Parts: sequence; C-alpha cells; structure tokens
Amino acid sequence: MHEVNVDLLIVGAGPAGLAAAIAAAEAGAGEIVLVDRLAELGGILQQCIHNGFGLRFFKEELTGPEYAQRFMDKLADFPQIRIKAETMVIEIAPDQRVTRVTTVNARDGLVIYNAAAIILAMGCRERPRGAINTPGTRPAGIYTAGSAQRLMNVEGFLPGRRAVILGSGDIGLIMARRLTLEGIKVEAVVELMPYSSGLTRNIVQCLDDFGIPLYVGHTVTEIVGRDRVEGVVVAPVDSTRVPDQKRAFRIDCDTLVLSVGLIPENELSLQASVLLDQATGGPVVDSDYQTSVPGIFACGNVVHVHDLVDDVSEESIVAGRSAAAFVNSRRDERDLCDRRDRRDLCDRRDASSALSFSEHRPDAFIETKAGRNIRSIVPQKLRRDRPTVLYIRVANPEQDVVISAGGLRRKLRQVTPGETVRLTVAPEHCSEELQLTVTVEKSEA
Amino acid sequence: MAHKETDVLIIGGGVTGTALARELSRYEVSVMLMEKEVDLAFGTSKANSGIVHSGIHDRPGTLKARLCVEGNRMYPQMAQELDFLYQNNGAVVVARQEDEIPALKRLMEQGQQNGVTGVRLIGRGELLALEPHLAPDLAAALVMPSGGIVIPFDLVYALAENAAANGVEIVLGTQVTDIQEEDGAFTVQATHIAGRTPRAAQAAQTIQAAQTAQTTVLPVETVRARYIVNAAGLHAGTVASMIGDDSISIHPRKGEEYLLDRRLAGFVRHTVFPLPTPVSKGILIIPTVEGNIMLGPTACATDSFDDYGTTAVGWREVFDYVRQLAPELKASDLITAFAGLRAASNHEDFIIGPSAVSQRFIHAAGMESPGLTAAPAAARLVCEHLQEAGLDLKPKKVFDPIRRVIRIRDLSASEQAQLMQQDAAYSKIVCRCEYVSEGEIRDAIRRGATTLDGVKLRTRSGMGRCQGGFCTPKIIGILSRELGLPPEKITKRGPGSPLLAGRLR
Ligand SMILES: Cc1cc2nc3c(=O)[nH]c(=O)nc-3n(C[C@H](O)[C@H](O)[C@H](O)COP(=O)(O)OP(=O)(O)OC[C@H]3O[C@@H](n4cnc5c(N)ncnc54)[C@H](O)[C@@H]3O)c2cc1C
Ligand SMILES: Cc1cc2nc3c(=O)[nH]c(=O)nc-3n(C[C@H](O)[C@H](O)[C@H](O)COP(=O)(O)OP(=O)(O)OC[C@H]3O[C@@H](n4cnc5c(N)ncnc54)[C@H](O)[C@@H]3O)c2cc1C
Repeated sequence: MHEVNVDLLIVGAGPAGLAAAIAAAEAGAGEIVLVDRLAELGGILQQCIHNGFGLRFFKEELTGPEYAQRFMDKLADFPQIRIKAETMVIEIAPDQRVTRVTTVNARDGLVIYNAAAIILAMGCRERPRGAINTPGTRPAGIYTAGSAQRLMNVEGFLPGRRAVILGSGDIGLIMARRLTLEGIKVEAVVELMPYSSGLTRNIVQCLDDFGIPLYVGHTVTEIVGRDRVEGVVVAPVDSTRVPDQKRAFRIDCDTLVLSVGLIPENELSLQASVLLDQATGGPVVDSDYQTSVPGIFACGNVVHVHDLVDDVSEESIVAGRSAAAFVNSRRDERDLCDRRDRRDLCDRRDASSALSFSEHRPDAFIETKAGRNIRSIVPQKLRRDRPTVLYIRVANPEQDVVISAGGLRRKLRQVTPGETVRLTVAPEHCSEELQLTVTVEKSEA
Repeated sequence: MAHKETDVLIIGGGVTGTALARELSRYEVSVMLMEKEVDLAFGTSKANSGIVHSGIHDRPGTLKARLCVEGNRMYPQMAQELDFLYQNNGAVVVARQEDEIPALKRLMEQGQQNGVTGVRLIGRGELLALEPHLAPDLAAALVMPSGGIVIPFDLVYALAENAAANGVEIVLGTQVTDIQEEDGAFTVQATHIAGRTPRAAQAAQTIQAAQTAQTTVLPVETVRARYIVNAAGLHAGTVASMIGDDSISIHPRKGEEYLLDRRLAGFVRHTVFPLPTPVSKGILIIPTVEGNIMLGPTACATDSFDDYGTTAVGWREVFDYVRQLAPELKASDLITAFAGLRAASNHEDFIIGPSAVSQRFIHAAGMESPGLTAAPAAARLVCEHLQEAGLDLKPKKVFDPIRRVIRIRDLSASEQAQLMQQDAAYSKIVCRCEYVSEGEIRDAIRRGATTLDGVKLRTRSGMGRCQGGFCTPKIIGILSRELGLPPEKITKRGPGSPLLAGRLR
C-alpha cells in the first residue's frame, strides 16, 4: 500500500467533479487528482442520451454525453489534473492538516492520498423499492429508472416488454418516452402526488404524444408475480396518501420502473464527520461550498438534488475556485513555517478561506432559514462580503406568489417542488443580523 | 439412461438437508443431495430470522427443545470450521409490565429444564445499561447468553461446499417426482426443471417462457438409493406420500421480515424478544451479523406454498409492535422486506425418524422454528436413525472439516492490499454499498451460483442500501462471462425469472 501527497483530490468525475477540477486548475490549485469509480468520466450524464442539457450554461441544447464532453475536452489543457478512472474512494478521514483518502483500483490496488483539500462530488443514488415499502412479491423485473436507463443506453439491453412507471418526475417521464421508443409498451405512469413534478414540456413530449396514461394521486399497492413481474395493483390515494383499496385495479406488465426519488450519496461524507442538512440530505455548505470540515468542499448532486446540470456546473466552479484558494493559503502558511520554523505561526490560521464556518465566530456568516413553503436552501451559510446564488426548493406547488429572501423580492407565476428557484442575494438584502429568511407568500392581486 | 446409485439420497437443499449432507460426509458412504430449485437455500432456509435460539422457548421433552439446545452448542465450532457469518450476541426476553415478570420466571425455569445455561433475570436498570435504545419503561428481562445470530444462507452454502469437498454429490434444479421401493432399495424419478443442468436450464429460458410457464419438455433422471431422507421442507408431505406415507401434512405459516439500514449497526446488541404468545415467539428486534437491524416476523397461516408477498398489514403489525420496545426506530431506515414460510405440520414437534411405511426412509420434516438452530443436531439424530435402519457409518480416514471463503470487507487494509496485488479481481469493487469485489463474485459463481440471487446470497452484493441499483448490470455481465451465457439468459433465480427481455435493436 503506498501513500501519495497531492494538493487537491476530487471524489467523482460527473459534471460536478469535472467543472470543479477545471476551475481549481485555472485558479492554480497545483496537483489535482480526479477520481471516479466508473470507466468513463461524465457521471450520470453518460446515460442521459436525451436533449435538454446546457441551455443556460452553453446557450444551446445538448445531450448528456455532449455536455460532459465539453468539459472532458477542456481537461486536456490541464496536465496537472491526473485522472483516476475505475477507482473507488472507500474511505475519507480528516487528519491534522490533510485529508486522507483511501482509493482502490485494479492497477494500483489500495492507495492513500494525503490531500490538502478535497471536493466531494459523488452525486446521488436512487431510492429503491424497499425504501418506499411497496407490498407484494420480489420477482425479477423491478428496476430503478437509473438502472433501466443504464441497461438500455449504456449496456444495450431491453429491461422488459410491458412496463409501468411509478413516479412522474422528469426522470420517470423521460424513461416513459425512452422505453416507448424502444418498443416497450408503457402501460401507465403512476404518481402518488396529485400533480406531476415534471416539466409540463416533458409531460406533453413524453406521455401525451404517445398516449401514455398518467394516474396522479395513485400509487402501486402491490407487486404481483412469483418469478418475473406479472402485474401491479394500482389504487387512488386520499389527501393523507392512504390508498383506497376498494378502488384498486390491476395493470398487467412484466416490468416496474421506479422513479421515486434520489438520495445524495453521503456515506463518505458521514465518515469524514461532515455535517449534513436534514432538508437536502447533503452537506451544509457556505458560499464557498466548503463544508463543516475545513478543507472538505462539496458540489453537485451530493449537496442537493439538481434538476438542471447547468446549476451543477455553476456551483461546482465556485467550489473548485474556493478549494484552490484554500490549498494556496495553506501552502503560503506552510512556506512561512518552513522558512521561519515557527510552529505558532503554522497554527495561526487566519486566512479566511482556509477556515470552515464551523471554526469561525458564529457571526461570520449569515445563516439561511426556511420560512413559509420552503423545503430547502443551498448554501446554508452566506458570506458577508459578496453576493451568493441561492438554490431554493419549495415544499408545495403554488400559483401567483412572491418569493422573498430578506429584502429581496421576486414575483413568480408558479412554484413547484420539481423546479428549483435560483436567486442571487447580496449582503445588503440581509435585514436581520445573523440570518436570512426565505419565504413564499401569495402575491396580493 | 444409466441409473445413478447412491447409499443415501437427501431430498431438499435447505439447512436440514445440507447439514445432514455435511454430517454424512464424515463417513464411508455415498451421498447425493437433490434440490428442485436451481440453487440451494432458495426455500425457507433463506427467509427466516437467522437466530440461533438458546432453547428456552420450547416445551421440555420435545425434540425441538432438545435439538435446539444441542444445535446451539454446536454453532461456535461449526462456524470456526466453516467460516460462515455467525455471532454469539446473546438474547433478551423483555417484560413490558411488572405483571409479566412471573411469566418471565416461568420461561426461565423452562429454559433450565431444557438445559439452557447462564439464563438470568435482570431489572430495568441493568437492561437499559445493556441495551440503551430500548424503551425506558420496560419492567425486566431474561438474558440468554448462549443466544446467537447467523446469516442462514451463508450457513447453507458453507455446509454444502464442505459436504461437496468431502465427496457428497449435489444435484440442483432437479425435483423428485416419484419413488418406488423394491428389493431393499428405492428407485427415484426426478425431473429437471427446464433442461438438463442449471446452465442449460437457464439457456432454455426466455421471457416468452416466463409468460407461458412450464411448457418445456422435462427430461427425467432415475436414481437408485438404499436410503432416503426427506428434508423437503414445505413439500415434505408430498415427498412422504410418494412412498404411500400420508402421515405428514404441512400448513404453511407466513412470516414477514423487515430489514433496516446498516447505519443502525449496534442499535441493539442482543436479539430482543417480547414474551412469547401461544403460537409464536413474537415480533423481535434482531441485529444481523452484518450490522443491519431486522424486524419481524409476523405469523399468519396461508393456503399457498409459494406466497412470498409482504403486506401493508404485516408492516404495520411489525412496526407498531417494535416501536413499543424501541421507540427510536424509524420507518425511513427500511431498505427491504421479505417473507418466509414456516413448514408447520399436523405434528406439534419436529418429525424426525423413520416412516411407518419404510424404515429406510427417514423424515426430517416439520422443521419450523427452531429448525435452523437445530439443524446440525437434527443431522446427527438422522444419522442415528440411518444406522438403526442398517446403514453402516464408518468414519472416513480423511475428512476435511475446514472451508474458507474470501470476504475483502473483513480483511485489514494491508491484507486487502496484499490480496489485490496477487489478484486484481479483488480490487474491482462491484457492490459499493456492501464493498464486494469482482473477485468474490467470480468465486461465488465458481462455487455454484448461477443466478443473480445466488450471487447475492453468497456475496451480499445488492443487499445494501441501494438494493442492487448500481451493481445489478455489472453482476449480469460477470455471470454471463463466467457461465458462457448471453446476458439475456441470466435470471434472478432460475427458470421464469429472466432479468432482461433482449437486446436493443
Ligand atoms: C435520468 C436523468 C435525467 C436528467 N435529465 C436532465 C436534463 O434533461 N437536463 C439537465 O440539465 N439535467 C438533467 N439531469 C440532472 C443532471 O444530470 C444531474 O444533476 C448531474 O448529472 C449531477 O452531477 P453530479 O456530478 O453531481 O453527479 P453524477 O453525475 O451522479 O456524478 C457523480 C460521480 O461520482 C462518482 N462516484 C460516486 N461515489 C464515488 C466513490 N466513492 N468513488 C469514486 N467515484 C464515485 C460516480 O461514479 C459518478 O460518476 C438528469 C438526471 C438524471 C438522473
Ligand atoms: C419467518 C421465519 C423465521 C424463522 N426464524 C428462525 C430462527 O430465527 N431460528 C431458527 O432456528 N429457525 C427459524 N425458522 C425456521 C427455519 O427457517 C427452518 O426450520 C429451516 O430453514 C428449515 O430448513 P429445511 O431445510 O427443513 O427447509 P427448506 O429450507 O425449505 O428446504 C427444503 C428444500 O427442499 C426442496 N424440495 C422440496 N421438494 C422437493 C422435491 N420434490 N425434490 C427436490 N427438492 C425438493 C425445496 O426446494 C427446499 O429448498 C424460521 C422460519 C420462518 C419462516
């Protein structure tokens, strides 16, 4: 087992890790290692072969792999970024002045990197059937949307012949179209909530155009079939989401595709004692995307589930730059130490970017606070010296509203939990001393 | 077709059959084990609570009581020899109110009569010191230090591999359909579920066959056996009736179990029982050897022999109950659920012994709980019955009791590094949740797994919090490569359960 010292290590080479690596290199972070467990870089994008990526970031409509390719092409300009593909990070342990990252791959076996800073960009995973506790049998033919998508778009296989999809977010809708185009009969899309959280454009293009029925306010109450799925029982739910078994009906199918939510993949973050936010399931971050552990940054779906990859790229650039600043300030400190051989100086950590919010005085940051109809806000801690882009998710759909963040107010025709609201707040918007409350209110008239 | 001959034919590849196979492999006799499913442990032995019971629950004088206590004592050495996942974690039975304490005391006395050692009664304070996450208002508890936990399918594979290493022939995917006794031996007819071998069985399968089930023409195999042991679990009644013995009828009783995330490792250390009811040991909080918490089982009679569905009612019953014992448990930690069928019979006790029809046909049936615990002791008892019936059991000169398996997650970092250097397959991580390498999956296939479930039960890949979302496509690929089958022929658990419907055009 050998150990390697590096300036920055990035866990995950999806759009978040890619953008962060490039931004960090541009900001002079020094030696960077970019690790991904898959053979190909690009993360989840490699299996999203549909259009709809990059409208804001590149001002054109790209497929997932095309979007990833733009960043991968740029990597070539930065020889200081070393790529470790098919390499899994299995442990992260913050140590005195470095973070120890244990990786494993077939070529090098176990390798430990001692990194001055790291960026968490592990993305998210899908909620499986067990997590929603659907009763019934456990036959072959139950796939999460991402697994089905991977089987088709990367491996080239058909998961079944007749499918029912549970969950009508954009992923569920896009899978309905994808399955249909490959000749799989999609019998229905079933949605627990009284509305689809997907984009209207996706409901039209993915369901209506193919005549696929959408059952909102319904759920799958039983999976039938001993060896392979033979059907599902679907029932309407009441306002407390309890199914009405008397009105249940059966739909014959051989495949059930689950698109019932994503969970930020934070096992490694927890190992590293990074503080998580209950509302997002991801690390609490500040305006620099630094977590509660100094030198550990995070961006992309590991922080909160994004609907748009453009937002991922945007925040990951911030994370990459901040990590570079951290590395550089640590290096300056170290140089200082080496020159003067003075330990007390090494320990005087006052370069602000080298400190985590957890080490600062409580009033150094403004804390964001969820008010009426707000589910989550990222970042959770705002710097006082410059504007920050907030990504806000509402709890319930609402029409004709005003969203406000401190003194900043914006009118919106509608908000839904499926679409994040993006707001740039500046220090002057903070009316309260230590916190910034975000709320949604009905707009008068 | 040439007849195969064997001294002993064991029908059924659950824990009862495989424990017996291993026991018999110590002796100079030929042994064949036949299992109708494409893999071992696909029946009740994979879907149970995995508890190595202490033996306090069973009525004194019964085989259940005797074999449970004996079996329990055999586990530590067996685990050392066979390297399966076992832990002597101890168990507690809790009394919720003061007025339940007399019942605890009666249970303690019953245990003592059964020969269970070390049982003691403790008060609330000591209980909470042992198990701080239990409800603070529980009144008292019994502690059974000999209680243990085991990963039951891991045990079955360990037993079978060791038996096979010592000469037992294991025939999978082959269902015994008819038995004739003549000239002091049995002629046994068996059919392959679909095709001759499990491999061919899978090759013959397509998704169309799944929809038009059981239309394949079945080849037949004939075996001559001097002795037969009926370890057919839920189907022991059917197998008995093949020799005209109608004394056994099985009435399946379903038990649902709910598995929580490993995040909760250490939530309880002991297996936590409430006071038993007249029909069952109640709904329990079970720590598993791998660090999950399991809740269950329910107990509900069913007419069906393959009704493995979980129900909303079952979940409510389990969860509402365990929350009274441990209020901190959260439904959001659920990762999966399953159900198992107890082979409850028309007899109150295990049915172990010769059939009234033929002395050379031995039943090992009605093995409901504590059948898993009792299995190694039951195997010895069956051997005694075989001897009484005239089988000469002469110990082999060479019997190797040891079986080993590589689990990289149990190795230290430097051991892992060394192993990975020798064989890079161990450094390709396939299951990220449970940390299982391609090397282990390849090993599992070479040890007999032919299906996704077979790989999963042997390696744990796909059993973690993402439930196979990430590793399933990869395992299909490895199975396909190792078995030399196209991916669309790979199944979840044998004929009728294909995972893929074909290739994209
Ligand atoms: C089906 C689907 C459709 C979508 N459609 C659109 C769309 O139309 N338009 C749009 O803008 N956005 C869309 N998105 C959203 C967008 O693609 C995601 O938000 C974005 O990919 C998230 O980027 P990420 O880098 O955070 O995560 P990911 O892309 O998931 O990348 C994370 C990477 O980390 C690696 N990793 C994780 N753990 C480890 C470890 N321990 N060791 C090594 N590597 C590790 C993974 O292998 C992966 O490559 C879609 C998403 C999905 C799932
Ligand atoms: C919910 C539940 C919880 C339990 N918890 C515990 C516990 O915690 N501790 C404990 O000690 N016990 C427990 N038990 C009991 C324990 O699981 C059983 O006693 C044990 O698994 C029985 O093993 P077996 O080999 O007899 O049966 P099985 O595992 O069912 O094996 C019988 C095998 O025979 C095969 N077969 C049937 N017919 C034929 C045929 N004609 N030809 C060829 N093969 C055939 C079947 O396919 C099957 O694989 C529990 C049971 C249940 C259901």
